[in-house]
Amino acid sequence: MRFLLDPEQTAFARSLDALLTAADTPAAVRSWGAGDHAAGRALWSRIADLGVFALAVPEAYEGLGPRPVEVAVAFVELGRHAVPGPSVETVAAAALLSEPRLAHLAKRFLPGVASGGTVMTLALPGGGPYVLDGDVADVELGVGVTGAGELRVAREAAGPEGGTSRVRRSLDPARRLCLPRPGGELLATGPPVVAGAAHAVRWARLATAAQALGVGLALLDRTVAYVKQRSQFGVPVGSFQAVRHRLADAKIALEFARPLVLGAALSLDPADVAAAKVAACEAAYATARTALQLHGAIGYTAEYDLSLWLTRARALRSAWGSPGECRAVVLGDGADAGFG
Amino acid sequence: MDLTYSPGDQAFRAEARAWLDAHVPAAPLPSLETEEGFAAHRAWEAGLAADRWSVVSWPLAYGGRDCGLVRWLVFEEEYWAAGAPGRVGQNGVNLLAPTLFDHGTEEQRARILPPMARGEVVWAQAWSEPEAGSDLASLRSRAVRADGGWLLSGQKTWSSRAAFADRAFGLFRSEPDTPKPHQGLTYLMFDLRAPGVTVRPIGRLDGKPAFAELFLDEVFVPDEDVIGEPGSGWRVAMSTAGNERGLTLRAPGRFLASADRLAALWHERGRDPYTRDRVADAVIGARAYRLFTYAAASRFLEGEPLGPESSLNKVFWSEYDIALHETALDLLGGEGEAADAGGGWGEGYVFSLAGPIYAGTNEIQRDIIAERLLGLPKGRR
Repeated sequence: MRFLLDPEQTAFARSLDALLTAADTPAAVRSWGAGDHAAGRALWSRIADLGVFALAVPEAYEGLGPRPVEVAVAFVELGRHAVPGPSVETVAAAALLSEPRLAHLAKRFLPGVASGGTVMTLALPGGGPYVLDGDVADVELGVGVTGAGELRVAREAAGPEGGTSRVRRSLDPARRLCLPRPGGELLATGPPVVAGAAHAVRWARLATAAQALGVGLALLDRTVAYVKQRSQFGVPVGSFQAVRHRLADAKIALEFARPLVLGAALSLDPADVAAAKVAACEAAYATARTALQLHGAIGYTAEYDLSLWLTRARALRSAWGSPGECRAVVLGDGADAGFG
Repeated sequence: MDLTYSPGDQAFRAEARAWLDAHVPAAPLPSLETEEGFAAHRAWEAGLAADRWSVVSWPLAYGGRDCGLVRWLVFEEEYWAAGAPGRVGQNGVNLLAPTLFDHGTEEQRARILPPMARGEVVWAQAWSEPEAGSDLASLRSRAVRADGGWLLSGQKTWSSRAAFADRAFGLFRSEPDTPKPHQGLTYLMFDLRAPGVTVRPIGRLDGKPAFAELFLDEVFVPDEDVIGEPGSGWRVAMSTAGNERGLTLRAPGRFLASADRLAALWHERGRDPYTRDRVADAVIGARAYRLFTYAAASRFLEGEPLGPESSLNKVFWSEYDIALHETALDLLGGEGEAADAGGGWGEGYVFSLAGPIYAGTNEIQRDIIAERLLGLPKGRR
């Protein structure tokens, strides 16, 4: 019993944090949302070089994993820096294709995921209706779990494209919502697809929860720094009890979400993962509300970088299982409870 | 990192579970906050102590099992899951005992701890005063030097359990004119039945005498009942304040058991859609608190002191406890108004309402979090 990150895991988080701090990530977030993906793809490669995606890929397919605790640690940092792109979806696709009965597909796709060369996206039951960044991803998987279950390649950059994709605006300008493309090459059918999809949803929820925690931690840090330097009535606004207590509440919510995220990474139990998703997304969202209020009007502008995290906190709450859906899974209640 | 129990921890869990299965009373004891209930809870503590289950983390010499923190957490999980009675000795066990382990003399530990472990001597707190609540350091009750000891005079209030307890511990001003209010305080233990002590019970929200006022008129306390050095009482008291707010006052097992009971009630009541999200949040909160505590325990075992983090703990569990009980009463619908609703939910609710007030109000805790964890500037209190 030692429920603490190991020194290597902490060092890994610090390296990733340092890389993303040095990389002018906010500029990459903004250009990604504007449809220019060069900076975001370059960032993706650097993140991959540090091993982030390899940690979600089994060693048999040129990965370092599957290591869900390390993936969770990494996604906290991706959230802390509001990194753009379908990183959650790529990890979920890796989890799906790691299903033992889909080994032939793992061989085909996973080495590219591990190296960072292949950006993947997908939608799954238990997630939302959209494929994130379907216009950018190298591979879009189409997954059906009604009836027997079927898995298709809906789009592959290297192959013939199936259908066209219309991008819908998200409340988070850096997230590009696309409708799943129909058709495409049939890869697999039957129980392996259903089992792989259920496994993938758990990974997606875990990674989303970790990312949300990172978003919340960044919002808290930025707001604490702001209220220390912003003065009104001749004193820093951070000395006012109304301000101090809101930030204390944000700290409490985030610090109690953190162990749920790490515990869910250890167990990958559907109810644990759903609990982590609820707690981390609620904490991040509440922290976003506090961050906006304590920054005042400047926080309400698109130009100010705080907006990158404010809008991400809202988006992650809806992604990969709404708070209500995840609460149902915690209680073993509702239609998708068995699926989550 | 891992959340696995060693074979020894698992065997310990099985042993605790078996003992509790065989001994937990079939019907709940009467309320702890009544004379009859207090006596019944003392008897229960004696039974626990007979088989060394009352203070598992204490050294063998004082009636414990010398268990580490993990086994203490395991025991608490089993204890509350078994539906065992509330702990009448908790003020002494959670607050006075750690202070004696850190600052007491060998003689004090040998004299005071074993009867505490057996429920023979139940301790009450004597911290707050009418003019010294959150601002505890401004307390005015006096300790005046006498031959071979001290004479205590003044008034204490909100003394939990003092209506039926045997002895009390708290801070008294032994040096009247110090530059700062927290200087010149002495930590003393005294007998609630000593000459000069008047105990006036106070009815809490439901009328039960859960606490009391203490009037002290030249109550003699021998030197052997001073803890630490005279004048250093504030430091002695604060060194274990983290115990009250943090690890030991509310073990996660208590909330895990309550959340399980709430989830079971919700299923019994046809999966009530109106309270579903709040029931889920109670289950999630209990898990969060458990894992947070395991992380804190892991850090503690690696030598990190329990610092201001215990303030995060205190706000979380006290607000969580109220939310959980409110949800239970709402789930019971109109029946939730009954004082004995659903077997204990009503009493638990009344008890939970005090949580954000005692052990340092949640506003004080938020100030500590803001200043000591977030580094925000000091403000007007």
